[in-house]
Amino acid sequence: MGGMTEHLPAIIVAVPLLAALIVTVVWWFNDRLCFPLSVAAGLVVCGASANLFQKVLTQGVIEYRLGGWPPPVGIVFRVDHLNGLILVVVTLVAFLNLVASRRSAEKEFRDKVGAFYALFLLFITGLFGILITGDAFNLFVLLEIASLTGYALIGIGSGRASLSGLNYLLMGTIGASLYLFGVGILYVLTGSLNMVDIAGILPNLWPSSAIVLAFLLCMGGLFVKMALFPLHAWLPNAYTHAPSVVSSLVAPLTTKVMIYAMMRVALTVFTFDFAFNQIAVRGPILWLAILAIVGGSLMALSQRRLKKMLAYIVVAEVGYMVGGFWLGNKAGMSGAVLHIINDAVMTLCVFLAAAAITIRTGDDRLSSLRGMFKRMPLTMAVMVLGGLSLIGVPPTCGFFSKWYLISGGIEAGHLGFVMALIISSLVNVVLFFRCFEIGYFEPFMRGGEPHSAPVEPGYGAPTVQEAPVEMLFALLTTALLLLLLGLFSGQIVTRVIHQALPAVLG
Amino acid sequence: MLAKKNKEFFELMETIGSIRPLLAILASALVIPLIILSRGSPNLRELWTMVGAVLKFMIVFSMLPMVLAGTQIECTLAQVLPGFALQLRVDALGMLFALVSSFLWIITSLYSIGYMRGLQEHDQTRYYSFFALSLSATVGVAFSANLLTLYLFYELLTLSTYPLVTHHQDQEARSSGRKYLFFILGTSIGMILPAMLFIAHKTGTLDFTSQGIVAGRISGQATSFLVLLFVFGFAKAAVMPFHAWLPAAMVAPTPVSALLHAVAVVKVGVFSVARMITGIFGTGWLDDLGLSTLICGLAALTIIVSSLIALSADGLKRRLAFSTIGQLSYIILGVALLSKSGMVGGLLHIGMHAFGKITLFFCAGAIFVATGVTNVSQMVGIGKRMPLTMSAFFIGALSVIGLPPCGGFISKWHLVLGTVEAGQFLMLGILLVSSLLNAAYFLPIVYRAFFCSPSESMFEGPMAEAPTWCLLPPLLTALLSMVLFFYPQPFLRLARLGVQAITGG
Repeated sequence: MGGMTEHLPAIIVAVPLLAALIVTVVWWFNDRLCFPLSVAAGLVVCGASANLFQKVLTQGVIEYRLGGWPPPVGIVFRVDHLNGLILVVVTLVAFLNLVASRRSAEKEFRDKVGAFYALFLLFITGLFGILITGDAFNLFVLLEIASLTGYALIGIGSGRASLSGLNYLLMGTIGASLYLFGVGILYVLTGSLNMVDIAGILPNLWPSSAIVLAFLLCMGGLFVKMALFPLHAWLPNAYTHAPSVVSSLVAPLTTKVMIYAMMRVALTVFTFDFAFNQIAVRGPILWLAILAIVGGSLMALSQRRLKKMLAYIVVAEVGYMVGGFWLGNKAGMSGAVLHIINDAVMTLCVFLAAAAITIRTGDDRLSSLRGMFKRMPLTMAVMVLGGLSLIGVPPTCGFFSKWYLISGGIEAGHLGFVMALIISSLVNVVLFFRCFEIGYFEPFMRGGEPHSAPVEPGYGAPTVQEAPVEMLFALLTTALLLLLLGLFSGQIVTRVIHQALPAVLG
Repeated sequence: MLAKKNKEFFELMETIGSIRPLLAILASALVIPLIILSRGSPNLRELWTMVGAVLKFMIVFSMLPMVLAGTQIECTLAQVLPGFALQLRVDALGMLFALVSSFLWIITSLYSIGYMRGLQEHDQTRYYSFFALSLSATVGVAFSANLLTLYLFYELLTLSTYPLVTHHQDQEARSSGRKYLFFILGTSIGMILPAMLFIAHKTGTLDFTSQGIVAGRISGQATSFLVLLFVFGFAKAAVMPFHAWLPAAMVAPTPVSALLHAVAVVKVGVFSVARMITGIFGTGWLDDLGLSTLICGLAALTIIVSSLIALSADGLKRRLAFSTIGQLSYIILGVALLSKSGMVGGLLHIGMHAFGKITLFFCAGAIFVATGVTNVSQMVGIGKRMPLTMSAFFIGALSVIGLPPCGGFISKWHLVLGTVEAGQFLMLGILLVSSLLNAAYFLPIVYRAFFCSPSESMFEGPMAEAPTWCLLPPLLTALLSMVLFFYPQPFLRLARLGVQAITGG
C-alpha cells in the first residue's frame, strides 16, 4: 500500500480520465451503469484528495514526477497547503454534484446520459489537473481540457444553450491564448516551463519589460477565464442556459479554480515580490475587483430568473477573491483563499437548490418560487442557509471569509474595498429575501389560479413535493458543510491557509 | 484609583467553566424537532413548548446562586477566528436579562395557547418552532462573552423573528417584514459589522471587560463615531430615527408583540447597547471623552418624541409600541448617565418594564380575542365587559408610568437618583415630563373604560372575559409587577452586582 500513496497525485487525475473512457464504452451496452461508475470514480478521487491533504499536513510539500522524469524536462505535480486544501473541497463539490445529478440527467439528456457523464468526468479531470500541476505549459493544456468539455456540457442543453456555449468557447479561447502568449515569453526568457524553475531564474532578469508583458498577458488571460468584471459577459448567459446540473457543476468550480490559477501564477511563477513590489498593478486590479463586486451585485438585482441572478452573484464573488488577494496582506489573502473553498460550497448550495426547484417547476423564473416553502420545505431551508452564507451571517462560512476580507481592507486602509463588500452584503439581503418573500407570501399557482384559500381541506394547499432523494442528500450535506466550514474556519485558517501564504507576510 | 480598586474587585471574582450556559441556550432550540414531529396533535406540541420553557428557566435559575455569589460561569464553544472565540459567560447583567426573558416565555407560552387557538390561527407549528428559536437567540445574547458571539445571536434573533412578525403572510405583513429587515438586518450589516471589525483590527480583542477595550487604543473622534454606529446600529433598541420597524412589527400576533417586541427583541437591543457602553467602550473612557451627554441626548429626544406620538396613536398596540420606544431609551439613558444609581436604574428597568409592558400587551390581545376591537377610541366602557383584564391593564400602566405600588417605580426612582448623582438636571426634567406624558396616554384608556355615561358606553351587559389562557397570564404578570415593588429581588441585587463589577466597590 505504501506504493499506492506515493502515486496519489497521479490517481487524482488518472481515475476520472480512465472512468470517462470506461463510461463511454459501457454506455453502448447499458446506460444505467454510467451513473454508478461515475460516482465510484468520484468517491475514489475524494478519498485520494483527503489522503493527499493529510500527507501534506504532516510532511509538507509533495512533488510527484510523472513517469519519473525530473524537472524541468518532465511534468511535475506539486501539492502544498494551498492546492491541497482547495483540491479536497473541489473533489467533494464535484462528487456531491455528481450524486445530485442522477434524476436531472436522466430527464434532461435521455439518450445522451453517457456523453454527459463522460464529459463531466473529463471536465473535472481538467480542473483537478489545473489544481495540482507544477508546470506552466501543462496548466494551459489542462485549461483547454476543462474549457472544451465545459463548452460541450453547456451546449448539451436545449434552446439558447448552444449559442451561449459558443460565446463561452470564444471568450475562453481568447483567455487561454493570452495566457499561452505569456507562458511563451517566459519560456523564451528562461528556457523552462516548470513553475519553481522559472521562479528561480526570473529575479536575475529584473527589471525587464518582457517579464512585465508576460505577467500582464498571463493575468489578463486568467481574468477572462474567471470572468472578472468587465470581462464577465460570457458567464451569466452560459450559466443560465446550461442544464441545471451543469450550472451547479460549472458555477461553483470554474471561477474558483481560475482564481487559484491566478494566485499560483502570481505567487509561484512570478513571486510575491515581483507581483506586489516590482510592478504597480495592485491598485488598478483592486479597483477592477471593486467594480466587479458592485457591478455584479447591481446587475443581479435586475434579473428575473433565479439562475441568472445567481450567476451575477458569482461575478460579484469573483471580485471578493481577486480583491482580497491583491490587498497583499495576510488577512486579505487568507480571506481570498478561505473564500475560494467557502464560495465553492455556497455556490453549489444555491445552484443545487435552483436545480431542484427547476426539476419540480419546469423553469427558474423568480415567479415560479410561489408557495415553495410549502411545496419544497427542505430544499428551501437549505437555500435559506445558502443565501445567509452569501449574505455573510454567522455562523455560516460566508461570514468568516468576509471577516478576513474586510479586515484585510481595513488593514490596507482601502476604504473602497470595505465599502464594496458591505454594499454587496446588503444587496445580497435584498436579492435573497426577494426570493424568500415570493416563496413565503405568494400563494402557489396552478393553471393561473391561486390556491391559497382552501375551498376544501387538502385541495388548495400544494402538497409537499421535495427534490429527488439523491439531490436532497447532496443539498443537506452541502448545508451541513456550510456550518462546519464556518465553525472550523479558525483551524482551517491557522493550520492550513497561513502555511500556504508567502513567508514575507509573516 | 478606581482602576486599582476595580482590579482588586476582579481578583476576588471567581470564574468557573460549565456547559450550563450552553444548555440554557439550547433547551428551547432542542424542542423544535419535537414540536415539528408532534404537529398532528396540538396538545402534545404545546406540551413540548412548555417543557422547553420550563427547562430553560430552570437551567437559567440554577445558575443564579452562583452569580449572586459573585461567580462568573464561562463556556468556550469554538475558536472560530484566530484570537476570537465563540464564548459564553454568565455575569450579573446577563443573568438579569436571561432570567426575565426565560421566565416570561413560560407565561407567554400559556398565553399563546389561548390566543392562537382562540383565533384559530394557521401554521401554529411554525409559530411555536420559531418562537422557541427566538428564545434561544435571546438567551444567547444575554450570555455572550464577546461582541462576536453577541453579533451571531443578534442576527439569529432577527432571522428567527421574521417569520413570526410576518405570520399572517398577507400584504401588510409583507411590507412590515421588509421594514423589519431593512432596519434591523440592514443596520447590523451596514453599521455594526464594520464597526466591530474596526475595533477588532485596532484592539485585537472583542471581549467584554469591566473597563472596556478601546480606551487609549482608539482616538476620541473615532470613538464618538463608533458610539453613534452602535447606538443607532443596534436598531432593535429603536433609538430614533431607527424606530420605525417597531410600530410596523405590531402586525404580528399579539403574543409575539408581547414577548418579543416588549421584552426579548427590543431588550436585546438595549442590552447590546449597554454591553457596548460598559464592556467595549468602558464607562471611564466615555466619561473622559464627555460622550455621556451625547448618548443621553439621543435617548432623551427619543423619549419625548415617542411619548408625544403615543399620545395621538389610536391603535392600542401602536400606542404601546411607541410607549416601548420611549421606555427603551430610559434604559439607554440610565446606563449612559454613567452614575451608579443611573446604571442600576437602567438595568433594573429591563426587568421592571418587561413585566409591566407584557401585561399591557396581554391585555390588548385579550381584548382583541374577546371583542375584536383594536382601537383605543372603541374601548369606551369596556371595563364593564372585561373588568379583570382592564384592572390588569391599569396595574401594568401604573408600572410603566412608574408609580407605586408597582415595580416600575423602583427603577424610575433609581433613574431619577442617577440624574441627580450625575448632575444632569436637564435629564431629570425630561424624566419627569415623560412620566407625565406616560400617564397622559395610558390613564384615559383606563378611566374611560370604567367611568362613562351609559350613552357613551360601547359595551353592554354581562361580564365576558377572554378565554382562560388569555386572561390568567395578564393577571399573573400584573400581580408580579406589584410584587416587584415590595420585593424587587433578585433583579435589584443583580443590577447592583452588575454595576459594581463595572465601577468597582
